[in-house]
Amino acid sequence: MARFVLRRLVAMALVLFAISVLVFLIFNVIPNSDPAQRMAGKNANPQLVANITQDWGFDEPLPVQYVETMRKIFTGDLISYNTQLNVDQRILEGIPATFSLCIGAALIWLFFGIVFGYLSALRAGGPTDRLLTVAAVIGVSIPVFWLAAIFLYLFTFKLHLFPATGYVPLTEDPIQWANHLALPWVTLAVLFIGFYSRVLRSNMLDSMDEDYVRTARAKGLGERQVAIRHVLRNSLIPIVTLFGLDFGALIGGGALLTESIFSLGGVGEYAVEAIETGDLPPIMAVTLYGAFFVVLFNTLVDIAYAYLDPRVRLGSAAQ
Amino acid sequence: MSVGPALLSVDDLRVGFATEGGRVQAVDGVSLELAAGEMLAIVGESGSGKSVTAQTLIGLTRSHNAEVKGSIRFRGEELVDAPERKLQEIRGSEIAMVFQDPMTSFNPIYRVGAQIVEAIRAHRDDVSRSEARAQVVELLDSVGIRDAARRIDDYPHEFSGGMRQRAMIAMGLALAPSVLIADEPTTALDVTIQAQILRLIEQLNRERGLATILITHDLGVVAEVADRVMVMYAGRVVEEGTLDEVFYDPQHPYTWGLLGSLTRLDRPRPKRLPQIGGAPPSLRSLPGGCSFRPRCPHEFGRCLELPPLTPRQPEAAGHCDRCWLDPEDKRGKREVDGRIGLEAPAP
Repeated sequence: MARFVLRRLVAMALVLFAISVLVFLIFNVIPNSDPAQRMAGKNANPQLVANITQDWGFDEPLPVQYVETMRKIFTGDLISYNTQLNVDQRILEGIPATFSLCIGAALIWLFFGIVFGYLSALRAGGPTDRLLTVAAVIGVSIPVFWLAAIFLYLFTFKLHLFPATGYVPLTEDPIQWANHLALPWVTLAVLFIGFYSRVLRSNMLDSMDEDYVRTARAKGLGERQVAIRHVLRNSLIPIVTLFGLDFGALIGGGALLTESIFSLGGVGEYAVEAIETGDLPPIMAVTLYGAFFVVLFNTLVDIAYAYLDPRVRLGSAAQ
Repeated sequence: MSVGPALLSVDDLRVGFATEGGRVQAVDGVSLELAAGEMLAIVGESGSGKSVTAQTLIGLTRSHNAEVKGSIRFRGEELVDAPERKLQEIRGSEIAMVFQDPMTSFNPIYRVGAQIVEAIRAHRDDVSRSEARAQVVELLDSVGIRDAARRIDDYPHEFSGGMRQRAMIAMGLALAPSVLIADEPTTALDVTIQAQILRLIEQLNRERGLATILITHDLGVVAEVADRVMVMYAGRVVEEGTLDEVFYDPQHPYTWGLLGSLTRLDRPRPKRLPQIGGAPPSLRSLPGGCSFRPRCPHEFGRCLELPPLTPRQPEAAGHCDRCWLDPEDKRGKREVDGRIGLEAPAP
């Protein structure tokens, strides 16, 4: 186990390094990316551009610039080219909103995804199944920005049930916190509910044909015990993988549409701003932040797997 | 050797399935009686309906596309139309079942002991977890698993194939059932392990008076342990009788073929292993009349009509078969190279 975690940490460092180099290079080869030019503004005189270039070290060789940028990310000294504000500070400020959004949405989508998947698998072919299938396909197909707009129109502007945008910290006012997040939670969860319920349904239908399910029936278990303890429990294992990947990506800033539309000020929204303005320091920092969570949750999934499926043993691959 | 009144009696059991390719009559009019302490073997190729018959006995084939007709009586109680709850009570506690593949018949994510405890507690909620656990250790020990107290916490993949089948049998015995249905219990095992498992089943049958239905495609297995034999072909019983009757005086050409394809160590080795020509028919398009007709070298005009399953020899009332051939005729026809067999059908 310790060996496994160590190996994963080394792998994580390599992944983060590779990603950071890639992002840095891409930024430096795309046209119109000279940060000094941008910072000086339109129609700036060449002297100003030259000064900025000198002050910010844009004339240094790329490897030096890269190392300098990375050093600043990890010491917390990184400054945005665009706003001149501290980047790490801004990410830390965004984390509560992003985490609140993703954790809440995840609880909603896991609950409904599992309930709907379970029900439609047990009633496969029946009217409940067909209804849930149609609902799931709709849920998967609806674009997030469209759904968010419809929700805002209906629940905010017509019914005045929820505030339009913004984020209130949980520690400040839990009720306002939930109130502001209700629509974003549902918006983000809908897609995943549809997807997870479909995956669980087909996993369960496969499991139902397994010999051990027949054994469970043959020993006299009730239908519900068979369905929950033997069919559902085994079918949830692949869902854990899926969840680790999805959740890691969202926590890492992947919920950018939802965050932006509802102006939650999260990390994803920060990423959108940075990309729009071609602001290298936050792009680098947010990318690394996101990659960190994706790799972290992948590792957690692998550890969880070993607990959920006794045939998987973490140590074995190392020996 | 009927030892008493029938525990289980099945009358004209028919099981049909609606499939995408049309309706399939998997079991077509099977009747049987099983008394305490008796061992009945059901023999046939894949698709003969033997497993479906066995699973139907405890309602495992119930589904919206299955149709079950006829009668299954257990201790006088009708099971065919019994509510699911009634069947749940009987499954495992009165009629236990052991399946073919011990590799896949345990749930891989639960410990072996826990799965047997689950079987016990499904029927006995008055038994505590720790009591059940103690019982499981005894059970595992009684089926020959060494160091049972420690192995009880192993996962199925940590058991060998033979141990898993022993554990499966232990699970079957957990609630002291009166009937054990073993569906190809030795097929997935090595030959030496096969013999051990058969020995175990035979011992349970003899010592505990456990009525046993042994389902197999291997007549060698049958010869070792069965009291009576039922040969099935394409969903129908084609011959049944005591072990000696079926082995030494087989009446149906299909049985001759099965016996002829046994490899015997006490005879000179044939140049080619004998086999039954052709393949079992698809249940979707059974030939009319006798289902074995297309593969039978002795087919004649009357075979277009389905022969009933009846005793055809006055001296053996329990020995029935489904063949129109004259019993006297058969004695000559079933001799191939000095032993019982079936010559290849004429091309």
